Amino acid sequence: MTTPAIAAVAATKRFPGVLANDAVDFTVFAGEVHTILGENGAGKSTLAAMLCGLYQPDEGHVERNGEPTLLRSPRDGLAQGIGMVHQHFRLVDRFTVAENVILGDPDQPRLIDQSVVETRVAEIGERFGLPIDPRARIADLTVGQRQRVEIVKMLYRDAEVLLLDEPTAVLTPKEVEALFITVNAMTAAGKAIVFISHKLGEVMSISDRVTVMRAGRVTGEVATADTDQRHLAELMVGRPVESETRRATAKSGQADVLLECRGLTLSIDGQNAVDDVDITLRRGEILGIAGVAGNGQRPLARLLAGIDGCDAGSVAVNGSSVTNHGPLAARNAGLAFVPEDRLGTGLVPGLSLTDNMLLTRPRKFLVDRKGARREVGQAITDYEIKTPGTEAHARLLSGGNSQKVLLARELASLGTEDGPQVIIVSSPTRGLDIGAAEFVRGLLHEARERGAAVLIISEDLDEVRSLADRVAVLYRGQIALQGRTDDLTIEQIGLAMAGVSADDDVGASPAEVAG
Amino acid sequence: MNDTAFVLTLAASVAAAVPIALAALGELLSEKAGVLNLGVEGMMLVGAVTAFQIGDATGSLWLALFAGALGGTLFASIHAFLSVTLRANQIVSGLALTIFGTGLSTFIGKSIEGLPLATDFKPTAWGPLADIPLLGPLLFNQDPMFYATVVFALIIAFYLNRTRAGLALRAVGESPGTADTMGVAVGAVRYVHVMLGGTFAGMGGAYLVLGQVPAWSQDGTTAGIGWIALALVVFASWKPLRVLLGAFLFGFARRANFWLQGEGVEIPAEFLAMLPYALTVLVLVVWGTRDLRRRIGAPAALGVPYIRDER
Ligand SMILES: Nc1ncnc2c1ncn2[C@@H]1O[C@H](COP(=O)(O)OP(=O)(O)OP(=O)(O)O)[C@@H](O)[C@H]1O
Ligand SMILES: [Mg+2]
Repeated sequence: MTTPAIAAVAATKRFPGVLANDAVDFTVFAGEVHTILGENGAGKSTLAAMLCGLYQPDEGHVERNGEPTLLRSPRDGLAQGIGMVHQHFRLVDRFTVAENVILGDPDQPRLIDQSVVETRVAEIGERFGLPIDPRARIADLTVGQRQRVEIVKMLYRDAEVLLLDEPTAVLTPKEVEALFITVNAMTAAGKAIVFISHKLGEVMSISDRVTVMRAGRVTGEVATADTDQRHLAELMVGRPVESETRRATAKSGQADVLLECRGLTLSIDGQNAVDDVDITLRRGEILGIAGVAGNGQRPLARLLAGIDGCDAGSVAVNGSSVTNHGPLAARNAGLAFVPEDRLGTGLVPGLSLTDNMLLTRPRKFLVDRKGARREVGQAITDYEIKTPGTEAHARLLSGGNSQKVLLARELASLGTEDGPQVIIVSSPTRGLDIGAAEFVRGLLHEARERGAAVLIISEDLDEVRSLADRVAVLYRGQIALQGRTDDLTIEQIGLAMAGVSADDDVGASPAEVAG
Repeated sequence: MNDTAFVLTLAASVAAAVPIALAALGELLSEKAGVLNLGVEGMMLVGAVTAFQIGDATGSLWLALFAGALGGTLFASIHAFLSVTLRANQIVSGLALTIFGTGLSTFIGKSIEGLPLATDFKPTAWGPLADIPLLGPLLFNQDPMFYATVVFALIIAFYLNRTRAGLALRAVGESPGTADTMGVAVGAVRYVHVMLGGTFAGMGGAYLVLGQVPAWSQDGTTAGIGWIALALVVFASWKPLRVLLGAFLFGFARRANFWLQGEGVEIPAEFLAMLPYALTVLVLVVWGTRDLRRRIGAPAALGVPYIRDER
C-alpha cells in the first residue's frame, strides 16, 4: 500500500472570482476511508469533482495508482474506476433503477438485456448491503433508496475509488447506519473511499484519515485514531467551538398563539399527503417536525406557507385566517418561509445576491438596492459567506453558502417589531459547516427570545433535537407523536418515524402538548 | 356515401402522411436529445429544392432523395452548432433556421420555380394483395417511401427502447448532467440527433417534390407541413409509432377536401392553410405549461442548453 489509489497533486482550480482549490495535495489508499472536512465553500466538492473528471485542474494533476492521468470527463474517470456520488443526485427520474445503472456503460451489449442487468444489480446489492428493486422507477423511490442506486451504479461499473459528497446529509439515522455498513463492505473489498461530511461524529466513526480544508487550501491532515471531535472542529473553523449547543427551554404557559392549523388535509394523487394535522405554535417557542423524507413534510410546509391550497382544514397566522389565501397573505400576516430547495423556490439562481435579498423586502415603487446591498454585505461578514461579492449570481455559490444567503434574508428582521413573527424553516442547518450551523442555531434561539415562533421541518433528528423545544413526528402525513424534546428519547422518536406506534411509552400525551 | 371517392381519399391520405411522418420522426429524435428545432419547415424546403435540382440534373430518383437528405442534414448542423456548441436560445435559433431556409430555397430554386420534374416515386401494386377491398389500395399499392417510413418508425421505436445508444439518447434529453457523469458524450449525442432530425426532414422535403407534386414552388411545396410535424411530435407524446398514426390523421385532414367536396361539403382553402399555424399555437401553449409538458411526456431537459461547469 505504498502508492495511493488516487491522488491530487498540487491541484488548483479557479472559478471567476474564486480560488476554489489552491495547490491541493490529497491521497487515498485502497481499503481506507479518507474524509474531507471543511466549511461551506472550502472547496470540498470541487476537489472531489477534479478527482472524478468532472472538472479539470487549472494547475497540478491527478494521479491514479501513482501514474499521472488526465481525466477530461467523468467518462474518463469511470473508465479508470473512479465514481462519484454527488451532493445533488444525478439520476434520471423517469428511468428505472436498471436503466440508470447501465446508462453510459460501454461494456453493455448494444442490445440491452434486462435480465442480465437485474441479476447483477441484485448480486451487488447482496454483496454490499444495498437492496434495491431494479425495476422500480426513480421517481417513486425515497431519498435513501436513490442514494443506494447511485452507489450501485458506480459499483456496477467496477469503480475502485468512490467519492461520496455529503451522502449522510439527506439520510435518517437508520439509513446512515446502513450506509456505513456498505462503506465498510466496500473498503473490505479493497476500494478507496473519499467521504465528505460536516457531521463530526460520523467522520470519527467511519474514516481512517481526515483532511481539513479552509478557503481552498489544505490546512491539516490527521489520522482519526490521533484526534477527537473537538480538535477536528477547531482545525476546521480555526477557533475553538462550543461543543454542545443547548436549547434554553422555552417558557411554557399561555403565550399567544402565532401559528395554528386545524384538521389540515391535502390529498395528492388520491392519497392524503397531509392528513388531518393540528399544530399550535406559541410565541417564544420552537417546534420541530421530524420524519423520514416523503412523509408529508414538504406538502405540509407549503400548505402552512400558503403556497398550495388545502383540501380541508384551516391555517391562522397571528390570529388572522390565511386559509387558501396564497403566500403573500401569509407573508403579510407575519409569516416567513425558508423552503427545502434553496435554489428554485428559495433563491433565483440567475439573479445577484442583492436582487435575491430584495425579493421579500417591502414592495415599494422603487427598490432600495443600496439598503439591500448593505444587508448582503453584512450577511457576508456575519455568516462568513464565501462569494466574490454582493453582485455574484446566486447559482455560483456552494451548497452551504446559498443556504446562508437565504437564511440571512428570512431571519434578518424575525421577531422584531415590524418583522415576521413566525418562521417555517426546512432543514435550517442541513449542509452547513459547524461554524455556520452554530451561528444559525444562535439566530433562531435569539429570534425566539425576541418573541418569534419557529417551526422547523427536518429529516435530521439531531438537528431537530438540538433546536426544538417540542417535537412532532410526521408519518404518512399524520402526526404520529408529539411531545417536549426533553421528555422523548431518540428511540421513541425513531420508532415513530418508522411508523411503529408506541403510544403507551410516550411521556406526554399529544393533547397536552398541542395545547 | 361515394365509396370509391372515400377509398381513394384514404389511399391519398396515406401517401400524404409520408412527409409529415418523416419530418416528425426526425424532430422526435432531436427533441429526445433535448434540442427543440423549430427549423423543420426550413429544413424541408432546403431538402425539397436540393432534391429537385439533383433529380433534374441526374434523372436519378434515389440520388435526388439522397441529396435532399444530405441537404437537410447539413442545414440542421447549423442549428446543432448554434444550440449545442454556442448554447444559443433554441427557439430563436430554430426560427432563424426556418427563415434562412425559406430564403435559401427561394434562391436555389429561382431557375426551377413552376417547372415539372420528370422523375418521381410511383406506387407499386403488390399483385393480388392490392385487390383486397379497402386494405389493398391503402397498404399494398403505395410507393417505396411509404414502406420505408413505416420501417423507420419501427426502427426508431426499437432504438429508443431497447438499445444502449437509445438509452443514452433519452438520458441526454431527460437529464444531461446525469448522462454526462455516467460517461455519455452529451454534446456528441445532441449533434448526431439534431443532424439526424435534419436528415429526416430533408427526406420529407424531398418526398414532397419526388412523390407528391413533382414540381417546386416556394410557398406551395411545404405549405406548413414542417409546423404540422412539430405539433405532431407533441400530440404523439414523443412516441414514434404514435407519430406514424398521427401522421395518417393529419394526412387525411389534408386530403379530406377531395372527398368532402364530393359529399357537398366545402371547407374554405384558407381554413386549411391556417391549420398548421393554429396547431403550432396550441403546441406553444403546451410548451408554456410546464406541468402539462411533464405530464404528456416531454423530455425534461427539452430546450435547455447543457453547461457542465454551471449549477
Ligand atoms: N461552477 C462554479 N462556478 C463558480 N464558482 C464555483 C463553482 N463551483 C464552485 N464554485 C465556488 O468555489 C468555492 C468552493 O465550492 P465547493 O462547492 O467546492 O465548496 P464545498 O466545500 O463543497 O462547500 P459546501 O460544504 O457548501 O458544499 C465556492 O466559493 C463556490 O462558490
Ligand atoms: Mg459541497
